[in-house]
Amino acid sequence: MTHRIDTVFTNRKAKGQAAFVAYIMGGDPDRKTSQQVLNALPSHGVDIIELGMPFTDPAADGPTIEEAGLRSLAAGTTLTTILEMATEFRKNNDTTPLIIMGYCNPVHHMGYANFAKAAKEAGIDGAIIVDLPPEEDAGLRDAFEVHDLALIRLATPTTDEARLPRVVEGTKGFVYYVSMTGITGAAFSQAGSVTEQVAKVRKASGLPVVVGFGVKTPERAAEVAKDADGVVVGSAIVKELHENGAEAALALVKTLANATHGA
Amino acid sequence: MGKPENITTPDENGRFGDFGGRYVAETLMPPILELEKAYEEAKADPTFQAELDDFFNHYVGRPSPLYFAERLTEFADGAKIYFKRDELNHTGAHKINNCMGQILLAKRMGKSRIIAETGAGQHGVATATVAARFGLKCIVYMGATDIVRQKPNVFRMRLLGAEVRAVHSGTATLKDAMNEALRDWVTNVGDTFYCIGTVAGPHPYPAMVRDFQAIIGREAKAQILDREGRLPDAVVACIGGGSNAMGLFHDFVPETSVRLIGVEAAGRGVDSGLHAASLTGGTPGVLHGNRTYLLQDEDGQIKDAHSISAGLDYPGIGPEHAHLHDIGRAEYVSATDDEALHWFQECARLEGILPALEPSHALPRTVDLAKELGKDGLIIMNMCGRGDKDVFTIADALGEHISEGTEGTK
Repeated sequence: MTHRIDTVFTNRKAKGQAAFVAYIMGGDPDRKTSQQVLNALPSHGVDIIELGMPFTDPAADGPTIEEAGLRSLAAGTTLTTILEMATEFRKNNDTTPLIIMGYCNPVHHMGYANFAKAAKEAGIDGAIIVDLPPEEDAGLRDAFEVHDLALIRLATPTTDEARLPRVVEGTKGFVYYVSMTGITGAAFSQAGSVTEQVAKVRKASGLPVVVGFGVKTPERAAEVAKDADGVVVGSAIVKELHENGAEAALALVKTLANATHGA
Repeated sequence: MGKPENITTPDENGRFGDFGGRYVAETLMPPILELEKAYEEAKADPTFQAELDDFFNHYVGRPSPLYFAERLTEFADGAKIYFKRDELNHTGAHKINNCMGQILLAKRMGKSRIIAETGAGQHGVATATVAARFGLKCIVYMGATDIVRQKPNVFRMRLLGAEVRAVHSGTATLKDAMNEALRDWVTNVGDTFYCIGTVAGPHPYPAMVRDFQAIIGREAKAQILDREGRLPDAVVACIGGGSNAMGLFHDFVPETSVRLIGVEAAGRGVDSGLHAASLTGGTPGVLHGNRTYLLQDEDGQIKDAHSISAGLDYPGIGPEHAHLHDIGRAEYVSATDDEALHWFQECARLEGILPALEPSHALPRTVDLAKELGKDGLIIMNMCGRGDKDVFTIADALGEHISEGTEGTK
C-alpha cells in the first residue's frame, strides 16, 4: 500500500522538508514497552516507521541492533508478534506508513505468500529485507504485488551506475540509500556530503530517497535532510531505549525529528 | 533461469536446483559479482592452475596417499576400506587445499587483507598459514566459546602472524564468527578478500570451494583405478558445511555406480534435538548467503548446533549437498558423539592413525557399509584431518586429565 508512503513525501516536500524515519526493534525489551514506543512515535514527529523483526543471525547489523534482537527473541517475540504489534498500532493510526525490516529466513519460513497476506491484514505498507538483493527477491516481490505492498530496495556506495538501474527497477514507495559501507550503528566514517549519490539514485528511480546508516545526532540528521527526501535513525534510538527507557528514547526521537524537519 | 544440464554446475544465479543463490546485503552484491568474474577468469587461465598445482605438490604435500586400511578392513570383516589421507597435508587437514586456491585468487585480484571465520580453528590455521606464505594481513574471526575449546589452534594462528578476533555475539560459535566476518567484509569491501572455509556462503563460494577441494576426489579416483582396477562401490565422508565431502564426491558424481555417502554429526542423537545434522534433522531456509537445509525453529530462527566436534558444529550445510540429497544422488546418514569417540579410539589402535573428531564420525558408517557390501565391496573414506588438535577434548570426554601447559601449544 504505497499511498500512505506517497502522501508523507508529498506533504513534506510541499513544506520543503525531509521526512523523518525511525527504526525500532519490535519486541525489545518486551512486547508491552515496544508497543508503547511504537504507538507514540507519530506524535513525536515520526513520519515513517521501520519496525524491526528480530533474527538470530543479523549479519548486516552492528551490536546495538543485534543485541536488541536477541533481547526481543528472549522475551518470546515471533514474526506473528510483530504482525500483532502492527495490528494494534493501526487501531489508532491510519496514516503513518509502517515498514517491516529484517532478514529473509523468518519470512521465507512463514512462506512469502502467507507473509504478504498477513502483513497486509496487519496494516503494514511495505518491507525491507536486508539479505534479499534484486537477484533473489522475485518470489517475495510477486507476493507483495498481489497485495499492493512496497518491497523497498537498498542502494549502497558499492552499487555502481551499471547496477543501479537493476536495483531501483520495480521498487515502490522509496529507495533506501545506505550512506556508508558497513553495518548499522557504525561510526560515520565517510561524513561527507551525500548530495551526489542521493541525486543519482533519485534520478534513476524516480522515487524519494531516504538515507540511513550512521546517522546518530540531530546535527547529522539536519545535514543529511538537506539532500535526502528522508532521514533514517535506528541504532541511536534503540540504544537510548535500552539504556534510558521509553521516555528518553521518545525525547530523542522528538529532537531528531525536529532537526530533520527544521532543515 | 533454466536448470543446468550438468547437475554439478550451478545456474547463472548460483543455484544447484532449489539451493544456493546470493542472499547478501546489497553492499556485498558488487564484490561477489566481481569475485565470480575473477574466479571464472582464473579457472580458465592455465598459469593460475599451474601455480596452484605447484603449491599443491611442494607446499601442501599432494598428492595425499590412498591407503588400504587393512586391519580396519579385517575388523569390519567385509568390503575393502581405503583411506584418502588428506590428514597428511600441511596443517593437518583438507582445509589448506581451499585456502591455497582462494589466497592465490586474492593475490591475483590485488587484495591485501584476508579475513576468515573458523570453528575448530583448522580453517583459521590453514588461512593464517597461506596468508603468511604470501605476506598478506590476516584476520580470523572465532567464537569466544570455540577459542576456549581450541586454545592450541588459537596460539598457532597467532604464531603465524594472524590476528584472532574473539566473537562474543549470539552463541559465540562458528555461525557467529561467520556473521562477524560478513560484517567485516561489508565494512572493508575495497581491500579485503573473505576466504570462506566451506562449500557454503553466497555464490560463487560453494562451487569455488568445491573446485579447490575437488583435487581430493580426482586423486582418489586415479589412485583406486591404479590400485584396484575399478571404481569404488562407495565413497564416504563426514559433513559439517561439507567441503571435504564435496571435494571427494565431485569427480564421482557422474559415476552413477558409485554411492556417495555423507555422515552428519548427530551429537547426542538426532531425536535429542542436540545435534548438527542439517539434512537429517533440518528444513530449507536462508542463512549466510545461501538457501539450504538449516537447523531452525518453527519461527525461522536459527537453532544452535551441537557436536563434540567443533568442525561439524554448524547449523547449515553446503547447498550442493542439499541438492544431491533432494535428487537422491547422495545419501546422508549420521553418527553420534559417542560413536565418533569410540571409533576415534578404534582407529588409533587398529591403524596407528589418530583421526580428527570430524572423520571419526565417518568411521562407524564406513564399517557398517563394509559389512553391508561384503567381501567383494570397495570403499574410500576421506580421512580429512588428523586428531592431534582433539586430544584435549577426547581426554575430557574420557574423564582423563592431561596438562594443557606442555602439550597445548604444539
